[in-house]
Amino acid sequence: MLATQTQPFAEPAISAEHLVRRFGNLTAVNDVSFRVEKGEIFGFLGPNGSGKTTVIKMLTGLLPLSGGSARVEGLDVRTDAEGVRERIGYMSQNFSLYYDLTVEENLKFYGRIYSLEPARLKRRMEEVIQLNGFEPYLKRLAAQLSGGWKQRLALGCAMLHEPNLLFLDEPTAGIDPVARRQLWDLLFELSGHGITFFVTTHYMDEAERCSHVAYIYFGKLIADGTPDSLRQLPDVQPQGTLRVEITTPEVTRALRLARHIPGIRSATIFGQSIHALVDENFDLDGLRSQLLKNGIAVAEIRPLAPSLEDAFVELTYKHQALLEAAGD
Amino acid sequence: MTNIFRGFGAIFYKEVLHVRRDFATLFFSLIIPLLQMTLLGYGIDTNIRQINTVVFNADGRRESRELLDRLKNSDTFRLIRYVQNDRDLNDMIISGRARVGIKIPVDYSDRLLHQMSAQVLVLIDGSDSSVAGQAINVTTAIGLDESLRHVLQDRVAFGVDMRPKILFNPDSRSPNFFLPGLTAILLLNVTTFLTAFSIVREKQQGTLEQLFVTPVRPMGLLLGKLLPYLGIGFFELILILTCMRFVFQVPIHGNVLLLAFLSLPYLFVSLSLGILISSKANSQAEAMQLAFLTILPSVFFSGYIFPRETIPTILYPLSYLVPATYFINITRGIILRGAGLVHLWTDGLALFFLGTLLLILAARRFHNKAILA
Repeated sequence: MLATQTQPFAEPAISAEHLVRRFGNLTAVNDVSFRVEKGEIFGFLGPNGSGKTTVIKMLTGLLPLSGGSARVEGLDVRTDAEGVRERIGYMSQNFSLYYDLTVEENLKFYGRIYSLEPARLKRRMEEVIQLNGFEPYLKRLAAQLSGGWKQRLALGCAMLHEPNLLFLDEPTAGIDPVARRQLWDLLFELSGHGITFFVTTHYMDEAERCSHVAYIYFGKLIADGTPDSLRQLPDVQPQGTLRVEITTPEVTRALRLARHIPGIRSATIFGQSIHALVDENFDLDGLRSQLLKNGIAVAEIRPLAPSLEDAFVELTYKHQALLEAAGD
Repeated sequence: MTNIFRGFGAIFYKEVLHVRRDFATLFFSLIIPLLQMTLLGYGIDTNIRQINTVVFNADGRRESRELLDRLKNSDTFRLIRYVQNDRDLNDMIISGRARVGIKIPVDYSDRLLHQMSAQVLVLIDGSDSSVAGQAINVTTAIGLDESLRHVLQDRVAFGVDMRPKILFNPDSRSPNFFLPGLTAILLLNVTTFLTAFSIVREKQQGTLEQLFVTPVRPMGLLLGKLLPYLGIGFFELILILTCMRFVFQVPIHGNVLLLAFLSLPYLFVSLSLGILISSKANSQAEAMQLAFLTILPSVFFSGYIFPRETIPTILYPLSYLVPATYFINITRGIILRGAGLVHLWTDGLALFFLGTLLLILAARRFHNKAILA
């Protein structure tokens, strides 16, 4: 009985414990710990300069750790970086391709780098070409591809050696929405085959698609869990509060007003509506009439489940408050 | 598993593709050294001839004119102007129009006729030491010669007859001396940039970072980059030697194949140097500055322009660290002196060790990823 219970806790794809990275006086990554299970799509989020790329570089052996430890695919990145590199694929922010080489030559080069035997290289080339639809572009120079195709080629090169774990650093930055959608479809398909993905992104809709997300804010990990579990965190949805969406044509004026109404804890504009966190017993009809009194027509007020973005905003506020308290 | 050359084949394959794809640009960069050689080969004459000379002949009689003729016929001096006073004589030198001023005093002929010692003043501009040295030598020699003729009168043989014989470059042709050395410098110039730029470009494109997360080992990466460019450097050597032999008619007295063979360790050194530079430089401009830092010592401490014997004792050991020192000895040895492997193997070995040392240093920097930080 006990043995079967421990079975689900097989070796994770990544386990990072108390990671620290310092650059001189700056601590870019500060005591970061997390686990990524096999087959997950792990979304790693955070503002620019918060340490996302630094964490990837530490896990792939590009940067030595200043403290803590990390195991990737069961191997210690500090003592067996070589072994780690055999097992992972990495796609950097700027699609590191050789632009004066053709699509086919880029693929073949990366296949050779991982010393695939000729027969396996041929089979993998065919698979990757078919999966990504490279067929018409094989003889085209990488420089002549569009952004979306460059990104696909970079992904193709990174997965040619059949890694179990792929690091994608902002794979969708600067590419068009269709290519973005197609990439995510591809990630889901590959994830179905048991490949683990570590993806950094700025896009909240992409984060919602991940099976596991973490949020890093200036070197500190302040959220870690499934998108649902994060939305339901007490800090995001405190006891005795309610999240409502107020739809009105005059969002800016309404927001200014709403912030002074007692019972409204926080309010933010989302397009044509305001998302507000209010006390559970807050008088919603009273709010409607108060807004009307000020000449603001209200189309609709309805309860709302928090989005992942709401979750990150609330967690960031809380973290900042903690930092300020510590500073005093 | 612990193959330290892991990835060599893949990198080699890729570099050959890079070269093939852009051979036109590369070929153009290989032609430039030939243009430099043509320019320098025709433009530089290390033999000092026809020094601009101003004359103040206060005497003016036959004996003084004979002396001036002898100076003129030496081919060392070109009498550009005759002046009539000391001030004009000085002015010509100070203004730089003449480098040598000769003053023959009023009593020159009289003193000679009375078997007395006649003085001639030779003013020499010392701002160029080799010109000054040549002027001193030739005027002293002519003075001595003239004195002997007067003392011995005619038909009496000289007691001691020195017969200097210049081996290997009997005509003292400048290209023969100058071009073998230039070959070493030009080769260094081209090949150092080949590897330096190739790696700096990968740094800028981010592909180097990409390679670092693959199982490629530093030695595999560096040798995979180095070998294709060794081929190009070798091709460049053949271009330069062909130009030297057939355009400038510099005869090659030794074995050309030996020269080709001994050029390999030299190319190895300069390509390794390029790699080491690329580990430090983050842009082509930076790489260029660092490369120039290595080119100047190669010109001045290798014996290419100034003989190594003139280097001050403290700096002399530095010349052993300059790869061009060894290769210039090899090119001059084989081309001019007909030297063989027996004479030159130590130079080849020194180059090989120097190259290995540089490559290991570079590989260590690549291994520590110090170059990305």
